[in-house]
Amino acid sequence: MSSLIMIIVTCALINNVVLNQFLGICSFLGVSKQMKASASLGMAVIFVLTVASAVASLLYDFVLKPFDLDYMKTIVFILVIAALVQIVEMFLKKTSPGMYKALGIYLPLITTNCAVLGVALTNVQVEYNFIQSVFAGFGTAVGYTIAIVLLAGIRARIDESAIPKPLRGAPVVLLAAALMSIAFMGFGGLS
Amino acid sequence: MNKYVERIYNGIVKENPTFILMLGMCPTLAVSTAAINGLGMGISTTAVLILSNVIISALRKIIPDEVRLPAYIVIVATLVTVTELLIEAYLPSLYEALGIYIPLIVVNCIILGRAEAYANKNTVGLAAFDGIGMGIGFTVALTVLGFLRELLGAGTVFGHQVMPSGFQPIGIFIKAPGAFLVLAIMIMVLNALNVENRSNEMVNGCDGCCANCAKSSKDCGKEEKA
Repeated sequence: MSSLIMIIVTCALINNVVLNQFLGICSFLGVSKQMKASASLGMAVIFVLTVASAVASLLYDFVLKPFDLDYMKTIVFILVIAALVQIVEMFLKKTSPGMYKALGIYLPLITTNCAVLGVALTNVQVEYNFIQSVFAGFGTAVGYTIAIVLLAGIRARIDESAIPKPLRGAPVVLLAAALMSIAFMGFGGLS
Repeated sequence: MNKYVERIYNGIVKENPTFILMLGMCPTLAVSTAAINGLGMGISTTAVLILSNVIISALRKIIPDEVRLPAYIVIVATLVTVTELLIEAYLPSLYEALGIYIPLIVVNCIILGRAEAYANKNTVGLAAFDGIGMGIGFTVALTVLGFLRELLGAGTVFGHQVMPSGFQPIGIFIKAPGAFLVLAIMIMVLNALNVENRSNEMVNGCDGCCANCAKSSKDCGKEEKA
């Protein structure tokens, strides 16, 4: 059990997916303008990433590995993730319209989020079993949510400040991300 | 200007994917820790981009419009797998250095973005030159960023010591925060020089569609001319 908790801590804080591994930068920078949208996207990512890790892990252990199709993993994972997101979207639309309303518009966005494919591939690379993969996926998504919500909070303050003209827009947001990244380096001591 | 030469110029200068279009930021930030990694990643991406542009352009009348994105993804993923196996076989040290970012070329915005914005509307020859231009533009950008980070963070260039021995390397530049810092400084310089770029769309997300890279060129209101 403690090793599973360690996986979550490692994925969420020590090896933060955005601030340390640079996966999912597009949506991290693009959506963090609004706090509410960031939180919703974070929830959607947690949901999709956990399910995708589970499916990818099962697929790898029971289909790709026994049939020696290891080299097909990139193609298989990206297609399965795209299909999975579609299915989740349809499923939510039918069964829980409230949740669909909250997460719906972010779901297609997640398909091209490199974090999802990145986690699936990393899990295979470090040879996590099914349970470990699910925890790694969940932990990574929690790390993503923490990062994007924190950045959204910082950006709310940035919007009210006087900033030199060349720094307005992207540069100041990237500087904020750099400082967050330095702060997250501190978590390296936990490992 | 010859329209083929124009494509190359367009990719390297006018619509440089990194400095002007701000596409493919994940690999840009992740692998620019050293000049050689940037160069390796740039060349790998260029190879995939040229071939995917050519194949998608050749098949543009055959692939039905409704399933074009899955079809593109299959084509790109196949090419990336081939590239990955080649690098693993012939350049094991580069394979080690780039790691997971090689398979992640599949989700690089530049590739699907060029397929949507250019390759599926133009002839094979033009699409190939578009791929070459964009690929070189991306490679140059990655190598320059890698060069700067390596020089400041380790005092070396392509692994050779160039800074005087008294130079104390600024370690942060080759660590994760350095990537954000260098990119921030780079965009700041572009803004100060009044170079028109799409960094604002990157952080304001044009309602988040930039994350859905394939659509970015359409929905960001800057439709590419066919």
